[in-house]
Amino acid sequence: MILGLDVGGTHTDVVVIDGDQVVGKTKMLTDEDNLIESVCFSILECTGDLDPQDIQRVVVSTTLATNAIVQKRMPPVGIVVVSGPGMNPDEYRIGEHYYPVTGAVDHRGMVIQAIDPQEIDILRTRLKNAGVERVAVVGKFSTRNPAQEQEIAHLLADAFPTVVMGHSVSGQLNFPRRIATAYLNAAVAPMSGEFYRAVQTCMERRGLMIQLEILKADGGTMAQERSLQYAVETILSGPAASIMGALPHADPHREEIVLDIGGTTTDMAVLVGGVPLLEPRGISIGGYKTLVRALRTCSIGVGGDSWVRLEKDRLEIGPERKGRAVAYGGPEPTPTDALITLGAATGGHRQRAAEAMRRLGYQLKTGVEETAAMVVEKTCSLIMEGVGRMVDSINQQPVYTIHELLEGRQISPEGLIIIGGPAEELALPLQSMSGWSVKVPPHHEVANAIGAAIARTTCEVTVVADTEKGYVCVPEEDYVASIDRQASTQEVIDLAFGLLKSKAFRLGADEDDLEMELLEVQEFNMVRGFSTVGKNIRVRTQIKPGLISHYREAAA
Amino acid sequence: MNASRRTGLVFFPAFDWAISPDHPEREERLLYTQDQVFEEGIMDIEGLTELKPRLASPDDVQRVHFCVPDIEHSVTESHLISAGGCLVVADALMKGEVDCGFALVRPPGHHAMKVVHGSRGFCTINVEAVMVEYLRHQYGVDRIAIVDTDCHHGDGTQDIYWHDPNTLFISLHQDGRTLYPGSGFPEEMGGPNALGTTVNVPLPPGTSAEGFLYVLERIVLPVIEEFEPELIVNSAGQDNHYSDPITNMNFSAQGYAALTERLQPHIAVLEGGYSIEGALPYVNVGIILALAGMDYSRVREPDYDPDRIKQSEMVTAAIRQTCDQILELRKSLPAKREKYVKGSQYVERTRKIFYDTDGFFEGQKETVRICQECAGLVSIDSWADSGRRILAVHVPRGGCEVCRATANRWFDNASTRRFDLVCLQDRVAGTYQVKRA
Repeated sequence: MILGLDVGGTHTDVVVIDGDQVVGKTKMLTDEDNLIESVCFSILECTGDLDPQDIQRVVVSTTLATNAIVQKRMPPVGIVVVSGPGMNPDEYRIGEHYYPVTGAVDHRGMVIQAIDPQEIDILRTRLKNAGVERVAVVGKFSTRNPAQEQEIAHLLADAFPTVVMGHSVSGQLNFPRRIATAYLNAAVAPMSGEFYRAVQTCMERRGLMIQLEILKADGGTMAQERSLQYAVETILSGPAASIMGALPHADPHREEIVLDIGGTTTDMAVLVGGVPLLEPRGISIGGYKTLVRALRTCSIGVGGDSWVRLEKDRLEIGPERKGRAVAYGGPEPTPTDALITLGAATGGHRQRAAEAMRRLGYQLKTGVEETAAMVVEKTCSLIMEGVGRMVDSINQQPVYTIHELLEGRQISPEGLIIIGGPAEELALPLQSMSGWSVKVPPHHEVANAIGAAIARTTCEVTVVADTEKGYVCVPEEDYVASIDRQASTQEVIDLAFGLLKSKAFRLGADEDDLEMELLEVQEFNMVRGFSTVGKNIRVRTQIKPGLISHYREAAA
Repeated sequence: MNASRRTGLVFFPAFDWAISPDHPEREERLLYTQDQVFEEGIMDIEGLTELKPRLASPDDVQRVHFCVPDIEHSVTESHLISAGGCLVVADALMKGEVDCGFALVRPPGHHAMKVVHGSRGFCTINVEAVMVEYLRHQYGVDRIAIVDTDCHHGDGTQDIYWHDPNTLFISLHQDGRTLYPGSGFPEEMGGPNALGTTVNVPLPPGTSAEGFLYVLERIVLPVIEEFEPELIVNSAGQDNHYSDPITNMNFSAQGYAALTERLQPHIAVLEGGYSIEGALPYVNVGIILALAGMDYSRVREPDYDPDRIKQSEMVTAAIRQTCDQILELRKSLPAKREKYVKGSQYVERTRKIFYDTDGFFEGQKETVRICQECAGLVSIDSWADSGRRILAVHVPRGGCEVCRATANRWFDNASTRRFDLVCLQDRVAGTYQVKRA
């Protein structure tokens, strides 16, 4: 049996799954003032009748770090930036303790300007005196050669409990995003660590003596003990959880859209052959663009509780939310009121909902039911427009080779998987509007917790080999080694898969869940003058986001 | 990070196309530029949009070129994508989505002339000209200035616009006596119906930023101001760089950025530039930042040393002299035209064109009708060592009825026993007709 836990801002959901059966589920209001208490209580509530020995896996997904970032409740972080030539590093400034320092590495990883230890020494005192306890050290092109970051981190290590290096947060190129990612990691790691340890403790109190796993934004999991190093990867795991929860119902032979229709927003994602698409560069959160690997999701301001009103005789819905539906005592009409008026949804005070629709209809000069139908239709069309925009933006993604341009497959979805509060009620109108097949999975109201429970461990490894200089670098793994000048691309691929596998095991993966794939292979002849001096080989590999084998087999 | 001008960027490094494995124009060429652009986070700048290239259509190409024997055999997909990348930038500009744009595409195009028998100077079709004619066809833009800052003379673009009074073509390049293709002297000022809308500024080897910026202030900007174009296009070749392996100039990333900032082109298109590691990453980032109106003061090459690449006084003096000569020549344009035309109805020129990339010669006899009503029809009788002879007849945009009727007569009368191919490009009707042997 496996247990999934989703700690959201409003609700805490817990599910227990046996095979492909949900054998227990609870949904409770989250008490943000006593977060750990409410989490512990939910676990207890859901596992009350079970033998803790039967539970082999516990995965948690939480918005704790996300909220801290969005609400800007973050502790001060010192940021040491080795930029070298190029863009002015002041453009990337974050916070009050941001210091560009001497030093530079170029695109091939050559050190072109040394760092100045004295400068770092002065900085160390300055940060100490300012009461800063966490530091992020980030160099331009540190993913090609992490030496300068390591040097500086070494000089600061004994003075600060948390020192995060840029090259360890991602192997992808993008200096400003690496700065933001390392910064966020330094900021949220201690807070997340504390939370996960507390969850682990309450599991132990319940007799669950297993290692807690944590859901990441890419829809994969990692072991709790690794979460300190990669804390930032857990941000925005909420939308990822719901997509993973929809995955067992995906059609492996076509393209589908997952819709998570909530109160205020609708989150959407694309599945291609049952595999969710990843965000190509990394997610943005709270105004920070990061390198955090994440499922590609898009959020629009339309949900069951969106504010419905007339503006210049036109029906407008969202993105604002004024409160609950009128049927539930709210102040302004909502799509939920329209559904209740039409009898498509039950619950609440139908008379009040109809009265709200009547008032709207009076201004529109239409009847109550017609008005409600218009609201539902408008809600669905706003959602489908959002789907259209997301599909267009995916199809408009740049390409860098002739092959990609000519073979560039266009995404054209044919199905919807709908989860969230008003999923069942909106399924029919969405189906008739889109003409696509529509599925509403059972237990969709706890899809997030299900998604967390059944997600497999994921990770990524980037390798850059330069056979002229005879070196190979895998930044996230702190792996820099020499390589044969005759090395082939296949050797580099093998190396990448080997490192990917050991990283996956370290993060808690099972032997059965290593669905590895090549994301990118590029091989370039390096020609100087008119002769080939070596090869520049770039390989990126990942464990695909997907379901644990245990679950896959049960579902099959 | 915010751009003060909204900038559209097409980045198409064509990682799967090369002339040959160790040719300067090969897969690796934009690799380090990509690294630098990605690492600087340029694609994330607010106000900067990365656009996806598309394929240019045969119609887009036929608006400019006469391809021998036809488009399918002359042009590869990579060329169509390179041109299509420029079209995407043009669309974004004309739809008001961006204030300016940069097509970082390969292969380049500025050595490709009106008639295409093969590849010259790594170019097969002229991607800027395809874009310029698309802008006219699709959006009705009339007056356009093209400023070619590639180190090699933009002889292909010059050829295409030699007779067009509504296209100002200015080329700054290393003196043709010292570099391929060997043309581009101040006396080359355009055909009889468009005299003065071609401007050539040959620069001595060793010219550095000082010289380029001097020419910009003294010649380029005043001539553009006088011409009053609706759009400025920059053929942004980057081989004037001090580290370029196939040229002899001393330009720098700072210089390129400063030039871009002052020229303010609406669209820049990458041309040559073969110092792929030491120059391109920095020059491209400099140009992008300058276009976007951002701070480029810290963009410099790792080995940048302004003193080492400073131009000599001799070079400075030579540049001043060339500029004086050009200004002097521009004063005597009407007289020059009289001498050129001498009352005749048609003006002819014959020439030999070398296809260095493919290794053969082409001979041409070009005839232009002297016309008071329009830019005048042009016909080119062209035969190449590769074995084919073609008659190419061109009716310009806004061509008058007499020129059109004459062109049709020439096309109808041309015998397919004499020519392998007879083509009529009618820019008034928007048609391209072909007769084959």
